[in-house]
Amino acid sequence: MIDVKNLSKSFGDHLVLDNLTEHISPGEKVVIIGPSGSGKSTFLRCLNLLEIPTEGTITFDGVEITNPNTDINAVRRQMGMVFQHFNLFPNMTVLRNITLAPVRTKLMSQEEANDVAMDLLRRVGLEDKANAYPNQVSGGQKQRIAIVRALAMRPKLMLFDEPTSALDPEMVGEVLEVMKELAREGMTMVVVTHEMGFAREVGTRVLFMDEGHIVEQGEPSAVFGNPQSERLRSFLAKVL
Amino acid sequence: MNWALQFEQWHAMMTAGEDLSFFQEFFVKFYQAFVLNDRWLQYLEGVGKTLLTTAMALAIGVVLGVLVAMVRTAHDQQRPGRRKNPVLGLTNAICKIYVTVIRGTPMMVQLLIMGLVIFKSSRNFTAVGALTLGINSGAYVAEIIRGGLMALDPGQAEAGRSLGLGYVDTMRFIVIPQAFKAILPSLGNEFIILLKDTSLITVIGGKELVHAAQGIYGRTYEAMYPLIGVAIIYLVLVLIFSWLQGKLERRLRQSDRR
Repeated sequence: MIDVKNLSKSFGDHLVLDNLTEHISPGEKVVIIGPSGSGKSTFLRCLNLLEIPTEGTITFDGVEITNPNTDINAVRRQMGMVFQHFNLFPNMTVLRNITLAPVRTKLMSQEEANDVAMDLLRRVGLEDKANAYPNQVSGGQKQRIAIVRALAMRPKLMLFDEPTSALDPEMVGEVLEVMKELAREGMTMVVVTHEMGFAREVGTRVLFMDEGHIVEQGEPSAVFGNPQSERLRSFLAKVL
Repeated sequence: MNWALQFEQWHAMMTAGEDLSFFQEFFVKFYQAFVLNDRWLQYLEGVGKTLLTTAMALAIGVVLGVLVAMVRTAHDQQRPGRRKNPVLGLTNAICKIYVTVIRGTPMMVQLLIMGLVIFKSSRNFTAVGALTLGINSGAYVAEIIRGGLMALDPGQAEAGRSLGLGYVDTMRFIVIPQAFKAILPSLGNEFIILLKDTSLITVIGGKELVHAAQGIYGRTYEAMYPLIGVAIIYLVLVLIFSWLQGKLERRLRQSDRR
């Protein structure tokens, strides 16, 4: 589904991603872990070109998205993204947050989009918040709405950039629950997270990144149970 | 009671050097500043011209300000590490010079240069004045808008783009409404300054409210009443505008209810 070849990204002189090559297949739930500053968020943001790679190519469903002639908006419509700080639009109601993109990109009519939005909101238990403004709901509710907003575009792939890191501890569970359900439904997911429990339970593959490299990867049981590299061992010792 | 007759009588007493009571003197001077020869019409006409000048200057200022702010932010938001757009670089440099020169020189000097040097053969002083005010205001409006755009969390635009919305839609539905709300107090401030600064165009012969007052006290040799009257009119205009601005802000603040 996604083919990353020789991806490098530097900010000025600082090399953040160093020649990464990776493949993500449909249905996979790839969890990326690693210390802060390791480049995991940058890697995720490169996948939908929120960061423009310095070198290398990324291909999504046969379309080379790093090619400047590709219509990146059309590609992004097929990839949902959930941010650490939710990034809901505070100037619109929850319903409009969700329906804006499907309607403006002519994916659905306003009526269809409303139906889809209410349906999704019902699934995450927030149908009563449809006409509230983002500032009127809690952090966990915001993030569930942000997930719904991304899902309303019917994406083929969901990218999660530390979706629970900005939440109060007691709200982490409700967001992870939604993500787990999404995983059960077979959505392809790439998740950057510090939630090791989630990585172990939901991930089909765990990537450990450090200093711009994918240092180690494999099934969660192998990565957590039998870490090969010294760096992963010391990282796990700190977070587990 | 016949006001005109009363005025004639007390005015004659005053010119004859007789002592008038405080009230009598007040009446005579007030009458002569505002009522005699239908002078209030001149103030009214002055208010109209002041508002027209303000509106013209505001239109020029907002258009210039938006253009300059767009060029400046587009230039500053170019992706680091990639080749910069040379056209954008040039227009950005021009915009920077414009903002620097306008903000670095006094309004009055700009008016005199425009009126007495650049457009010295033009007889349409009010239009020249409005143009100068607009050009002046544009520099400030540009910085206000730029501030609003830069203050907005970049995550907002990223969220819009990540949903597949284009640049224009993201600006139109997400960035601009939020930036506009944030800069409204500063914009209102700028508008109020502009409204009051129209009084400066009298120095190049522009016709507006202060010009009307000058014409009247030039005849009566009594400056206090016309000038205080004009001050009160400006104050009322500003109060009306502040009230409207407050209403707009409350409407936009709807989404902040918790």
